[in-house]
Amino acid sequence: MATLTEAPKPDGGAPKTGAAPAAALRKTALNAVHRQLGARMVDFGGWDMPVEYPTFQGRPGGLINEHMAVRTAVGLFDVSHMGDLRITGPGALAAVQHAAMNDASTLVDGKAQYSALLYPEGTFVDDIILHKVAGDDYLIVINAGTREKDFTWVRDAARGFDCRVVDEGDRYTQLAIQGPQAQATLQKLTDFDLATLKSYTFGFGTVCGLANVMIARTGYTGEDGFEIYIPPDAATSTRVWNEVLEAGSEFGVLPCGLGARNTLRLEAKLPLYGHEISDSINVFEAGLDRWCKLEKHSDFIGKAALQKIKAAPLKRRLVGLEMTERGIGRDGYAVLDQRGNRIGEITSGSPAPFLKKNIALAYVPPEFADLETALKVEIRGQAVAAKVVPTPFYKKPKKS
Amino acid sequence: MAYPKQYRYTKEHEWIAVEGADATIGITDYAQGSLGDIVFVELPKVGAELQQGKSFGTVESVKAVSELYSPASGTVTAVNDALANSPEKINSDAHGSWMVKIALKNPEQVKSLMSSEQYEDFVKEESGH
Repeated sequence: MATLTEAPKPDGGAPKTGAAPAAALRKTALNAVHRQLGARMVDFGGWDMPVEYPTFQGRPGGLINEHMAVRTAVGLFDVSHMGDLRITGPGALAAVQHAAMNDASTLVDGKAQYSALLYPEGTFVDDIILHKVAGDDYLIVINAGTREKDFTWVRDAARGFDCRVVDEGDRYTQLAIQGPQAQATLQKLTDFDLATLKSYTFGFGTVCGLANVMIARTGYTGEDGFEIYIPPDAATSTRVWNEVLEAGSEFGVLPCGLGARNTLRLEAKLPLYGHEISDSINVFEAGLDRWCKLEKHSDFIGKAALQKIKAAPLKRRLVGLEMTERGIGRDGYAVLDQRGNRIGEITSGSPAPFLKKNIALAYVPPEFADLETALKVEIRGQAVAAKVVPTPFYKKPKKS
Repeated sequence: MAYPKQYRYTKEHEWIAVEGADATIGITDYAQGSLGDIVFVELPKVGAELQQGKSFGTVESVKAVSELYSPASGTVTAVNDALANSPEKINSDAHGSWMVKIALKNPEQVKSLMSSEQYEDFVKEESGH
């Protein structure tokens, strides 16, 4: 038995099988906790991260159970590998408007928005969540594998604006508490009234006795949930991690690894850098133009190219696929038309634990992008049937 | 996890149980543990010729695809079709979830494989503790 492919990979590169020395891997403050819990660890973008926890407190864990915990109860993730950039000063808004594609002028204090940093060609440096903390103070949350690239890029983009760009990636332990019972779990540990927080808003409150903790109603799972930013020392991080698990125990909380994070985000069609978005994919192809404000008053990097791209027909589009025959389409597999011609490629593909289907995201020419279009996926030399289906594959149920 | 003494083991984490000129093949508990939740198994048909060290099928977990390598050469005489519908059985009982039975071409080949003690040491080294 030898592993052929392993997901998730942050940069689309080949999986590493212990080639890099352990000392080169970066660790979060909770690394020892993950190992103590018996997590299977992987190198994810240079970080030694848990992929899954086979058991938890004597109960069965593992990717599928972790995924289901988030869809039906609550799960806890260590996402401290994510990067954070702080932009402050009188020119902060202008700098952010220049560096990112969404319109930051619509943000009020305590509001966050999905956005992206683009190259002049209209392709992706990274996707981000931009938080307006207060006045001239913005926090950008970025991907783990692109931390240095993003920092350099934002710092260069902000040159000429009256502001400071600081890499705050090591200033926080970031925990994600996700699932329909996330609010009930976290509310036990904070005086902040979480019911007042809408999706993509945040506030500051006391959490586990720690004052002034940033609590954001954000996540990467397609489920309701929160992300909290606490001090990065091992003792504090461990204490809060354990208190969240204790608070969630009545709901059946599970610690969750990057494996479940990947399948959860795929079901919800949330893009992953190096897969659905990259330096060779533009905003319109990725279908992320909803968050790209070409009409905003300020110029932003990539705008001119995107105006041209918008006027011309698209060459390819991101679509959702569902396998209709036995087989799992995975990252990098070829997508074929009915005659067997290669027309595109899967960017992310996996069994979907909640939907119990084999799903994939793929780039195909627009003439193959209509719903119900019958296509094939090449799996180890075999053409296996699939069809185009609506996305997101999973939408969380509306609250009654 | 105890590795059955009557089995022999490959470096690719398959086990083989030999009875006379016949043998039964599966993957080890270590293999299922490192794969995670198994969701898909692709096995050869009865009559297929397997060659020692060559791929005879695949096993997939949610996040990974792995090839199965035959511990010995021989002709497939039976396939555990039940695994197609309940591949998770491999997770719960790897050493009891056989995949194929073969008529051995050369029973001597099995002697080159690891004993349970050797395999246990091999796994300890591979997992780094």
